[in-house]
Amino acid sequence: MYLYDEIDQKLVDERVVQFRDQTRRFLAGKLSDDEFRALRLRNGLYIQRYAPMLRIAIPYGLLSTKQLRKLAHIARTYDRGYGHFSTRQNLQLNWPKLEEVPDILAELATVQMHAIQTSGNSFRNITTDHFAGVAQDEIVDSFAWCEVIRQWSTFHPEFSYLPRKFKFAVNGAKSDRAAVEVHDIGLHAVKDASGEVGFRVLVGGGLGRTPMIGFVIREFLPWRHLLTYLEAILRVYNRYGRRDNIHKARIKILVKERGPEKFRKEVDAEWTHLKDGPSTLVAEELARIESRFTRPSYASLPATDARLEAALASDRAFASWHARNVFPHKRPGYAAVTLSLKKTGVPPGDVTAEQMDRVADLADLYSFGELRVSHEQNLIFADVQQSDLHALWREIKALGFATPNLGLLTNIICCPGGDFCSLANAKSIPVAEAIQQRFDDLDYLHDIGELDLNISGCMNACGHHHVGHIGILGVDKNGEEWYQIQIGGNQGKVRPGVTASLGKVIGPSFARAEVPDVIERLIDCYLERRDSDAERFIDVVHRVGVEPFKEFVYGNTDQRAAHRRGQLAAA
Amino acid sequence: MATLIKERRIVADNWRLLKRGPAGELPEIPQSGDTIVPLALWLKHREDFPAYPGKIGLWLDANEGPEAVSGDLSRFQLIAVNFPKFGDGRAYSIARLLRERYGYKGELRAIGDVLHDHLYFMAQCGFDAFALREDQDLQEALAVFDDFSDGYQTSALRPEPLFRRRLAAGKP
Repeated sequence: MYLYDEIDQKLVDERVVQFRDQTRRFLAGKLSDDEFRALRLRNGLYIQRYAPMLRIAIPYGLLSTKQLRKLAHIARTYDRGYGHFSTRQNLQLNWPKLEEVPDILAELATVQMHAIQTSGNSFRNITTDHFAGVAQDEIVDSFAWCEVIRQWSTFHPEFSYLPRKFKFAVNGAKSDRAAVEVHDIGLHAVKDASGEVGFRVLVGGGLGRTPMIGFVIREFLPWRHLLTYLEAILRVYNRYGRRDNIHKARIKILVKERGPEKFRKEVDAEWTHLKDGPSTLVAEELARIESRFTRPSYASLPATDARLEAALASDRAFASWHARNVFPHKRPGYAAVTLSLKKTGVPPGDVTAEQMDRVADLADLYSFGELRVSHEQNLIFADVQQSDLHALWREIKALGFATPNLGLLTNIICCPGGDFCSLANAKSIPVAEAIQQRFDDLDYLHDIGELDLNISGCMNACGHHHVGHIGILGVDKNGEEWYQIQIGGNQGKVRPGVTASLGKVIGPSFARAEVPDVIERLIDCYLERRDSDAERFIDVVHRVGVEPFKEFVYGNTDQRAAHRRGQLAAA
Repeated sequence: MATLIKERRIVADNWRLLKRGPAGELPEIPQSGDTIVPLALWLKHREDFPAYPGKIGLWLDANEGPEAVSGDLSRFQLIAVNFPKFGDGRAYSIARLLRERYGYKGELRAIGDVLHDHLYFMAQCGFDAFALREDQDLQEALAVFDDFSDGYQTSALRPEPLFRRRLAAGKP
C-alpha cells in the first residue's frame, strides 16, 4: 500500500468538505441537475436505474485489509450489504442514498480512500497488472509509477474538464496483463540497453462505440520525462479534442482524424516547451514514493514445499484449482492466489459485506494484510507461502471463491447490465449465469482450455466484449433485448507474440435464450478444428478466420434464411 | 453596474464586452470606453487601435488561442477567455499558456458560463478575474479559492510541483 503523507490526506479531506457543500447547495436548489451532475460524477456518484450508484476508487486495484473492512462496513451501513468489483478495479455500491454520500466519503477518507474522478470527463482510476511487484517476468514494479500518475492526475487544474473520460493503464512486466493497447494512454515499462527505465507510450486505444488499438507514439520515453510528456499529449487533446459530439470526443478520434503522425508532431511541438521543466521527475521523488509503499517482509524459503507437493499429489480438486488459480511468484516459496468471484449463480464481481470481512481476515493471515482487485473482477492474494496454499484453498472454498476457472470460459467479465445500469440496452448478468450453467462440467471446461468470454450490456463496453475471445454485446431492437456475438478479440500480450485484437461480429444477433446454444456451437466448432490441446480457441479463430464459425452457428444460406425468418416472427 | 470577482474581492466592472452580431458579424469599434474586443476585430484593426481613447481588452473564444496575438500581449490591459459551457475545459489551457508561456501579466478574466464550483481550477490556471454567470452568489463564491490547500501539479500559481516543494522542505 502507498501510505498517504499529511498533504495527501489533507487533499482527500478537503474534497469531502467540498462535496458536502456541493450536495448541500444541490439539495437547497442552488445547483441545477446538470451542474450538480458534473460535480457528483467526479465524486463517483451516478443516478442509476433504480437508485444512485457510487463508484469508489481503488487506485490501481491495491487494497489493505483495513480498507476492505471499511468497505464492508459502508456496504452494510449505507447500502444493501454487498458491493460489485468493476473492470476498472473499483468497487461499486448500487443503493446508497444521495444525501448520505458525503458521509460515505468521510468514512472512506479515514482509511485513505475516496471516490475522486471515478466518473466524469476527467482522469479515471489508473489500472495496472494485478501481479505487479510479484510476477517473475517483472521489468519494474508498476505500482510506484501508477502512484506517480495518480498524484499528477488528481485535481489537475488544467485537465479536469477534458472532452471526455480518460483512462490510463500501466504495465510493468513482459506480459501485458493491463490491456495497455486498449486505453486512452497505455504505458508499457521497458529498459534500454543501458538498463535505464522508460516507457513505450501508446495513445488512442479504447473500447466503447469505436474500438481501437492504440498507436505507439513513442517507443522509449525515459522515465524522467513521463509527466511533461503526458502534459503535452493532454494539452493537445484538451485544446483540440472534439467537444461537439460525445461519441467522437475520446482521444482516439482526435488521433484518427489528425492521423497518428500529425498528432505525434503536435505533441512533440508542445513538448519542446515543457520538456526539462519543473515537472521533470527526479530520482529522489521516485525513491520517496517507493519508500511510502508497505512491503511484505518475506521469509527465506526453499523454492518448493514438501507439504504442498504432498497435497497436490493426494487432493485432485486442490490440484485442479492450483493449476488454474495459483500464479508463480518471483520470491522462492511464495505464490499469488486468485480468489474467483465468478461462481455460477452469483453476478460476476459481486461480494457481500460478510465475505469482505472474511476475505480481510484471510488476507491478514495469509498475505501480509493486502490484496488486489483484478480488471477481470477477481481478488488476488499476492504473497502467499506455498506451504499455506492448501489451508487457504479450504478457507476460500467455503466462501465460494475457489472456482478453478481462471482463464476459462466461465471466468466471465460482465458489466452490471440492465439489471442495474441506466445506460444498458440489455441485461448481462442472466446471460453470464446461463452460460456458466451450461458449462458447469469442470472436466469439459478444462478440456476447452483458455478462453476469455466478456459480456457488455451496451456499446459503452464496460464488460470489454471487444477483447473477449468470445464477446457478447446486448443490443436493443425495437425495445427488445438481443445479443450480438463476436469472436477473435484478445486483450493483449498475455502470451509473448500475441498482440491485442478486436473481435469480429459473426452475424445477426440472438434472443437471450439462444445465447448458450450459440456459445456451445462455437466451442464445438473450435474443438473440431483445433490441432491439439495447446491450440486455444483464440488461436484457431486467428488461424482459420471467422467464416467457419459463422457457418457452424448459422448453417448454410438456407438455414440462415430460416433463422432470420424465425427471428422476424418472434419479433 | 455589473460586478465581478477580481483578486478575491467583489468589485464593479467598468469594461464593455463588445459582442458580435447575431449572425456572427464583427461589431464596429466604439467611440470611447474601456472595451473588450473579439480576436477577429483586433486582428483586422490592430493598426488602428493605438489611436483609441479607452483601454483595450482582448476576447478569446475557447476555440482560439494566444498564438495569433503572442506579439501583441503588452497592448492589452485585459484578456477575457470565454467558457461557452462550464464543462468546456479549453480555456484552462489557454489561460496557462498566456501566463506561463507568453508571460502575460495583465488581468485575465473568465467570462461566459462561469460558475462557483469551477473558480478554484480557473484561478490555478491563471485567471484572476471572474465574471460569474448572473445567477451566481458572488459572496458565497469568494470562499471557494480556499477549497484546497495544495495541489500536486504545477500551475500558474504554483510553478513548482508538490514533489519538488516536498523535497526542498526535506519531507520524506
